[in-house]
Amino acid sequence: MMSIFSMPADVFLGQLLLGLINGSFYAILSLGLAVIFGLLQIINFTHGAQYMMGAFVAWMLLHYFGIGYWPALILSPIIVGSLGVLLERTMFRKLYNLDHIYGFLLTYGVALVVESAFRAQYGVSGQPYRPPNALSGIIDLDFMVLPIYRLWVVAASIVVCAATWIVIEKTKLGAYLRAATEKPVLLRAFGVNVPRMIMITYGFGVGLAALAGVLAAPIYQVSAIMGGNIMPVIFAVVVIGGMGSIGGAILTGFGLGILEAFAKLLYPPAASTVIFIAMIIILTVRPAGLFGRTR
Amino acid sequence: MREPIPEQRSPMMEIRGLEGWYGESHVLHGMNLSIGEGEVVTLLGRNGVGKTTTLRAIMGILDRAEGSIVFRGRELLGLPPERIARSGIGYCPEERGIFSDLTVEENLLLLPVVGQGGMSVEQIHTLFPNLKERRSSYGTKLSGGEQQMLAIGRILRTGAKLLLLDEPTEGLAPVIVQQIGVAIRLLKQKGFTILLVEQNFHFASSVADRHYVVEGGQVVDEVDNADIAVRSQQLQAYLGV
Amino acid sequence: MAMAPLETKIAAANGSVRQRQLIIILLVAVALSAAPFLIYPMFLINVLCFALFACAFNLVMGYSGLLSFGHAAFFGSAAYISGYCAKTMGLPAELAILVATSCSVVLGLIFGWVAIRKQGIYFGMITLAMAQVVYFIAVQAPFTGGEDGLQGVPRKALVSAMAPMSDRQSYFFVLAFFLIGFCIIYRIVHSPFGHILRSIKENETRAASLGYDVDRIKLIAFTLSATLSGMAGAVKAIGFQLATLTDVEFFMSGEVVLMVLVGGLATMTGPVLGAAIIIAMQYYLSEFGIWVKALHGMIFIVCVMAFRRGIVGEIGAYLSRRRGASD
Repeated sequence: MMSIFSMPADVFLGQLLLGLINGSFYAILSLGLAVIFGLLQIINFTHGAQYMMGAFVAWMLLHYFGIGYWPALILSPIIVGSLGVLLERTMFRKLYNLDHIYGFLLTYGVALVVESAFRAQYGVSGQPYRPPNALSGIIDLDFMVLPIYRLWVVAASIVVCAATWIVIEKTKLGAYLRAATEKPVLLRAFGVNVPRMIMITYGFGVGLAALAGVLAAPIYQVSAIMGGNIMPVIFAVVVIGGMGSIGGAILTGFGLGILEAFAKLLYPPAASTVIFIAMIIILTVRPAGLFGRTR
Repeated sequence: MREPIPEQRSPMMEIRGLEGWYGESHVLHGMNLSIGEGEVVTLLGRNGVGKTTTLRAIMGILDRAEGSIVFRGRELLGLPPERIARSGIGYCPEERGIFSDLTVEENLLLLPVVGQGGMSVEQIHTLFPNLKERRSSYGTKLSGGEQQMLAIGRILRTGAKLLLLDEPTEGLAPVIVQQIGVAIRLLKQKGFTILLVEQNFHFASSVADRHYVVEGGQVVDEVDNADIAVRSQQLQAYLGV
Repeated sequence: MAMAPLETKIAAANGSVRQRQLIIILLVAVALSAAPFLIYPMFLINVLCFALFACAFNLVMGYSGLLSFGHAAFFGSAAYISGYCAKTMGLPAELAILVATSCSVVLGLIFGWVAIRKQGIYFGMITLAMAQVVYFIAVQAPFTGGEDGLQGVPRKALVSAMAPMSDRQSYFFVLAFFLIGFCIIYRIVHSPFGHILRSIKENETRAASLGYDVDRIKLIAFTLSATLSGMAGAVKAIGFQLATLTDVEFFMSGEVVLMVLVGGLATMTGPVLGAAIIIAMQYYLSEFGIWVKALHGMIFIVCVMAFRRGIVGEIGAYLSRRRGASD
């Protein structure tokens, strides 16, 4: 048996895959957070709750309407994203002229309401959600066993992140987004309806969170606390990547997922803290994060 | 006070009793002016008299404004900026407003089309050849002159018929000022209407039909470019040259 | 600074204000002494501990304009340390509190040193991340009692000659620490240092151009706040005989933000009132369980959308409007 970094290859690859899976969720979630932050300058604390809602909507669709995984993959982000748009229209919009701290606090309050309501209704234990038949099963690679669903999650996440990156960095639509991030008032004076862009962008970011929730449902089970648990990690990812940097959020998401997986292998107690420790170290060395620009 | 009404029957833009505020400070105190179709009109005046503020009020990006701004028979005051721009007005701000995260090409193509008959990218490249050479550079990498050309060039594509240019010559080398002067005269020939904010009196007189002198947030005088030689001394006094 | 003589002059010229203040202080003293005979003392202990925590937090959020989302780390870790010292090591309560508070000074310096140069939201996220590290340590460390926490912390103090204190005695014990903390905060806010702090909050660039070492002043304020938050947690572990993961978890950091926001940012009495309201809600609405948290969230939303000055802040604004109108 060959070995990599003085650990057996199967252990190494297994851990790498585990890291990539967690990293997939970190990447999609922090990508959504970064997109929202770029345009709204608000840290969307509700993101974890919206991720949880994404999973729950998929579960409800199946449970109450018999609608399966594939339609849920589209429907759930649309439903949760629309709720996000509603939130933006009725509340955020009134806070744009104030200190951004208030937007942050508002999203925290909303997260508290949503998560508590789901906890009251469904408790903290997870609801099982089976992967679709096409994706259940395993691939046996002699030295390790690969669940197909997990491979799908990694692949889907890479595709979603890459597509979002291309749209933002390489298309006309993305040019509007970048321009609105930089000089929103001027862009309006050129005839672009920036308030509507902000609304759609928020809906899109929230939709990404919900998509991550649907992808996560068969792996982590559907529970009211799944969002609150992941939120601090996502914050750390966005800060390490450099606030508002799209590519930074994606790369850091995958990178930290892998870092966390290997920490778990080498020194299990450090697994839950290694990301935060990495954040403290990186910010001390590079205050704007890995891919951020100093302002 | 009443302004002499220009010869055209119904001016393209008519501003009456415009009051404007930046936060708490009251900057515009009853601006009155009108611009006829195809005219090049300047707002002359010293720093801080309200010239830039007037343009911002027209575009709807001032904190607070009162009075009346009628453009082609339509009241603009109170409309959101995007609606104002879409009624056919192109804005070139004082700080040029180049998006640094976008390439020259992206900057040029970014603005939505707001009317018919906009110039093609080729025509803009002919007007400002530098923009063609540097099309894949990012906004911040440009020289001041190139930024100015880009700021003017991008509003020509949109089909806007009224252009608001805020001090396009500020801080630029004489050669480039000349180039911009040529461009503005060409645009006038093509039928664009231009409201130009200037402190550079010589430049203004080389391109404009009429001048409004602004002081303390009001128009205090109006000079036809034909009378400029006669009124030159008085204008110099206004501008404190 | 030239401030002091001016203040004395005004005070001398305005003897009636002094007199009125004296009456208010007397009334408050009577109310505080009578309270445990009228209201359940354990509830009061809870209120006092969180009131001190909120006042300490206000020093950072209200007076310095730094939104920390990690203050539970100071409150919770100090609760553990004080509980451990009193329970496992058998130290008297006062000493346990002293040890725990000292640890908070160090922790506050570490947090502050890493986070202080960050602005606004960055500051909040970094303090949050560091607090998560403290939380996970509390989950895993052997001396914290894991999910159960430290229960049955003895209430043996030097003032009670190491005999266990009753609930009522404990109330006065906790009240003493609350008053010490409150007076320290009052002194800080009304000192020249407090004035500098507010001028930094208003306009950091201008304060820096006046020659103040802005980062150092913010670090001092942050550390003071961490220290007093730690003291609140340490006292709570004794008074409530309990230190658990709840004290150190992220939700606690949010709760103290809510207390300050409800009561009024940058007011002396606002956080006390805010803490009393939130704790009372938890107490008297406890049968609704998790819905209380949802209610907290709704109050958060209402405060942010419509009520940004908080209760005390709104009353103050109303009074000054009326005074302005009658002039």
